[in-house]
Amino acid sequence: MQAYIARRMLQIVPVLVLATIGMFLMVYFLPGDPAANLMGEEIMSATPEQIADFRQRHGLDKPFPVQYATWVMNALQGDLGRSFRNREPVRDSIAARLPITLELAIFSTLIAILIGVPCGIVSAVKRGSILDMVTTSFSVGWVALPNFWFAIMLVMVFAVWLQWVPVAGFVPLAQDPFANLKGMLLPSFALGSHYAAVLARQTRSAMLEVLEQDYVRTARAKGLRELRVILIHSLRNALIPIVTVLGLHLGRVLGGTVIIETIFSIPGMGSFVVASINGRDYVAAQGAIVVLILGVQISNLLTDIMYAYVDPRIRYV
Amino acid sequence: MRTNNVMGALATELTRHRRSRLKEMGRVASGLRLGAFGVVVIVIMAVVALAAPWVTPFPPDKADFALLASPPGTSGHLLGSDVQGRDILSRLAYGARVSMLVGVVAVGIAVLVGVPIGLIAGYIGGVLDDVLMRIMDTLYSFPTILLALVIISVLQPGLFNVMVAVGITSIPGYARLVRGSTLLIRESDYVRAAKAIGAPTPRILFFHIWPNVSAPILVQGSLGMAFAVTAEASLSFLGLGVPPPTPTWGGMLRSGFSTIDTTWWLSVFPGFAIFFLVLAFNFIGDALRDVLDPRLSRTLGR
Repeated sequence: MQAYIARRMLQIVPVLVLATIGMFLMVYFLPGDPAANLMGEEIMSATPEQIADFRQRHGLDKPFPVQYATWVMNALQGDLGRSFRNREPVRDSIAARLPITLELAIFSTLIAILIGVPCGIVSAVKRGSILDMVTTSFSVGWVALPNFWFAIMLVMVFAVWLQWVPVAGFVPLAQDPFANLKGMLLPSFALGSHYAAVLARQTRSAMLEVLEQDYVRTARAKGLRELRVILIHSLRNALIPIVTVLGLHLGRVLGGTVIIETIFSIPGMGSFVVASINGRDYVAAQGAIVVLILGVQISNLLTDIMYAYVDPRIRYV
Repeated sequence: MRTNNVMGALATELTRHRRSRLKEMGRVASGLRLGAFGVVVIVIMAVVALAAPWVTPFPPDKADFALLASPPGTSGHLLGSDVQGRDILSRLAYGARVSMLVGVVAVGIAVLVGVPIGLIAGYIGGVLDDVLMRIMDTLYSFPTILLALVIISVLQPGLFNVMVAVGITSIPGYARLVRGSTLLIRESDYVRAAKAIGAPTPRILFFHIWPNVSAPILVQGSLGMAFAVTAEASLSFLGLGVPPPTPTWGGMLRSGFSTIDTTWWLSVFPGFAIFFLVLAFNFIGDALRDVLDPRLSRTLGR
């Protein structure tokens, strides 16, 4: 198992290298002068000497491979550079925002699992019933629902009309855990419900497949309780496709935070990326995006480890 | 007695089998009905989008200063007007143009780039395959919306750039799909025969392999349109898509969001438009899958 994990971890390296080179190239080839792009509004009032100084300080006068190598060396030591807007180390901004995004990602994944998997199991077991039809129709519709629009609708109904939660205004977990959870409820639901629908569909079809297997019939013939047959004998074997979907979506949840955090004005990684791109603060955007990609890679890794746990055959492939 | 029992059991089994066949056919038929519904929705939207100048009650950018942010039903504004007094219904019709165009062009770009990559990687294999697929994996490792954001920030927001950005994010899906089927078909007798008589590689790729791997692309393509519509709307909502004054559904949601406490109709109707278009593409994709790949649908859909 350790060897499998180690091998799988090594595969992250080339992806990260390619991704950072790609991102670097894109910023490098931004239309216009990189210094101008990176300096943003400062350039308006800057003298040619100041611009030259800026270039030199940020290594922009060096050739591309040198710039990239410098960035990688620094990044490996935990230094992602300083924001061009507020001069703050990007690492600190990310350290402050990452936990918030992780909280959102974890909650929304929990919501997706807690709604999606039971719905899928019930509609597979009670196949053809009204309950199944309702669940299936809902999940088909929900997959088509753009989650940012659903988020807007949630804000409108629960924050504006019913006023159960504040429209905006994030409360840190350390300051007031209850208010924090209350504020995270809608964003997590907005993000998680989409994946709940996908999971429900996947769980249903995986369960239907498994429920027809001989070992399930044997389990029933032995006189085991139905609940045990469903949860122990069937679900356990239906987990592989469920885990696949879950793993794929863990990564997408991180991407989804970009838009959900903007709607709910949550100061996380997603809104940070959007603000950095809008402010043409490429150093900050670069750092944040690399961290998000690393997050996606780690979640893919965890999925594969979960696979190997759920299905021991995979370890030997 | 025993034979009777066996025969009885066989008969029940047969009826059960027949019934499940019937059920199966019924399921495909209902899937097709949904697919047909999807086609109808898309045809209607396409007609409205194309005929927008003639069928809409107002020009999309005509500001009616007497009726700023008026609720649905106010003097000719069937779905209300926005904070600049522009008619929502008319803007939705024009917005359909952008959404459908982005859907078609983005998927077109993804197919045009992704399919050859998949064909070449799958057929030629070796180092080329490794290199191409690692690049695809890297693209795939970006959360899609984030990748689109990065590309847009480099290219600058705009209709064409949104299409390119959304198209690029979809490339790996097609490349992987085509590569997978190519690997299977490469070993078939007719491909070997073509190779044996000395057919050049491009000919083998496009005349022998491509026709046999293209069916799943149809499914992926219609689901891809659904994705492209959502992605464009998301980007425009973030202000990084098609810039105003072009009416887009995402852009309408963006401007409506700032006055969400007073003007609910600005946030509701464009969302429904996106929802129905996405739903329609999904229905078509599912129906195509049922028809083209009965084996897959039996395990996935039911």
